[in-house]
Amino acid sequence: MTAPARRRTPAPTAPGDAHAAPGARIPGTASGADTPGGAPAAPAAPGGLAVDGLDVALDGTPVLSGVRLTVPGGSWLAVIGPNGAGKSTLLKAILGLVPYTGTVLVDGEPAHARTLRERARLIAYAPQTPSLPPDMTVFEYALLGRTPYLSYLGWESRADREIAAAVLDRLGLGPLARRRLGRLSGGERQRVVLARALTQQAPILLLDEPTTALDLGHQQQVLELVDRLRLADGLTVVTTLHDLSLAGQYADTVLLLSQGRSVASGPPAEVLTEASLAEHFGARVRVDAGPGGRPLVHLVRPEGDR
Amino acid sequence: MRAPVVPARRSLLPPLLVSVVLLAAAMVAGLLTGAADMPVRGVLLALLDGLPFVSVDSGLAPVERSLLLELRLPRVLTAVAVGGLLAVAGAGYQGVFRNPLADPYLLGAAAGAGLAVTLAVVFLPGEAGTAAIPAAAFAGAVGGVLLAYALGRSAGRGGTATLVLAGVAVMSFLTAVQTFVQQLKVEELQRVYAWILGDLGGSWERLGMIAPYAAVAAVALLLHGRLLDVLSVGDEEAAGLGVHVGRVRLVVLFAASLATAAAVAVSGLIGFVGVVVPHVVRRLAGGSYRMVLPLSLLGGAAFLVAADLVARTVMAPAELPIGVVTAFVGAPFFVAILRATRPVGT
Repeated sequence: MTAPARRRTPAPTAPGDAHAAPGARIPGTASGADTPGGAPAAPAAPGGLAVDGLDVALDGTPVLSGVRLTVPGGSWLAVIGPNGAGKSTLLKAILGLVPYTGTVLVDGEPAHARTLRERARLIAYAPQTPSLPPDMTVFEYALLGRTPYLSYLGWESRADREIAAAVLDRLGLGPLARRRLGRLSGGERQRVVLARALTQQAPILLLDEPTTALDLGHQQQVLELVDRLRLADGLTVVTTLHDLSLAGQYADTVLLLSQGRSVASGPPAEVLTEASLAEHFGARVRVDAGPGGRPLVHLVRPEGDR
Repeated sequence: MRAPVVPARRSLLPPLLVSVVLLAAAMVAGLLTGAADMPVRGVLLALLDGLPFVSVDSGLAPVERSLLLELRLPRVLTAVAVGGLLAVAGAGYQGVFRNPLADPYLLGAAAGAGLAVTLAVVFLPGEAGTAAIPAAAFAGAVGGVLLAYALGRSAGRGGTATLVLAGVAVMSFLTAVQTFVQQLKVEELQRVYAWILGDLGGSWERLGMIAPYAAVAAVALLLHGRLLDVLSVGDEEAAGLGVHVGRVRLVVLFAASLATAAAVAVSGLIGFVGVVVPHVVRRLAGGSYRMVLPLSLLGGAAFLVAADLVARTVMAPAELPIGVVTAFVGAPFFVAILRATRPVGT
């Protein structure tokens, strides 16, 4: 704390800086295993999430009640539900951004037992409409993902910068590193946000509507990318998704929220049924079995209106 | 595997050097300008002579020497301190509120200081009132911002707009009280106005008085550049990155208010420096607060020295109040920024 131009110092609380070694691959199971000393060895698949009896009230209005979910480490949960069902709030509660009652277990431990910084090393979050400061460069933005590893007044180390560069490279964003955020296309913005989340090297990714405002091709690109990263690094992925077919195509488990309650949860084919979608979305749909038995959801105009 | 290219850290050095050169040039111009003409060489040598352990013959007459060291130098240094503090405080407030128009005046800091100083001048007779100005300004500025902060917190969930609106409400209220007090004591109006319009006729005593506060505030602000960058992505994401947003915001708010109070205590109310300078810096050097804060500090100092030069010369031998000069430059600027600032979706 001597001079304004103080160089950053390595985060004092991260003795397990092994994952910051040059050339290290992004997060993955390896980084889950090096949680700084003391913590008991994580079970086989780290990054599991378990939520039970979750109640959230915002401004006195109940938004979620009795929500329950389990995500084994390394799997993909899609949270679906009509507008206002509380999908985004659920993600925020898991992050501890909104007050809640109930249990949230992250990697087997209650979320509130950890500090904000410790949680940020376990869970990376991309909100539905991230605000991207237009004058910040892509690289500067990705580097923000190192925040949970820095001391209060510390600056990023060479190793932190290398991790950010490796992530950008991996997502094909290397050539854009110096571009300002204000000059990116929608698809690039989404990938940049993902890069920031991956730079966090957390075993759990919470993505709130990662495909919002993207065209079909880019929706597929982003979700394919997430799935590839998930498989490569053993990441646990929780996404809210508007598009039910996409949810059916990518998720291992689908959780259907309606009016703040979890009304169905299980493999996509069990949750995405014509009856249940009619009941909770008020939508008339046809559900076909797609490749691998995964459900494809189509809107069908009610016959009376033709 | 091909090693990824790691972009170099954007170097602070070149823009820093440019700012230092600008500031030095402005200071020399400020020292050379005045009713009495002094040789450049003599002025520089006299300054050198003034340093501890240095003794050179400047060739200046004793009168010139004392004019330089007792009048012009403190005046220029006051402009340096006030300009730097107001600009860096403005940049700090802008980071806290993610609003390029936030400045020491928008948040009740200056209004709080103004009211407190008015109370001191009006109700404490003569010398006691003058002596109480610095302390009153500190208390008032911090009080004004804390009031705005508390109001903003209680009115909403800590959102940015809520806080700024609360600041404007506090500012309006405090200014109204200040006007009321002035009307009660019309005979004191002259003294209050002289102070309100801004006065850089600094003295070594005043400079020494605020120096520790100014230093603490400036260093604290400069150290928070990285955290203000994190805050710029929004409260929820910053919290998701493990940052205690409220804590950072409070520390920066307090430091910026201290800087404002230190500036207000020596010079009265000088507007627009806190908006204009960080904006120009952002245009030239990018949006990262690691650049914006130090460059605003230097740029604000240079800007106010130059503005003071204009104030002293444009109607010589009469002097324009410095606040008039900065407003003349700043107000059109403010409108330009307002027009350029596209509404940011949340």
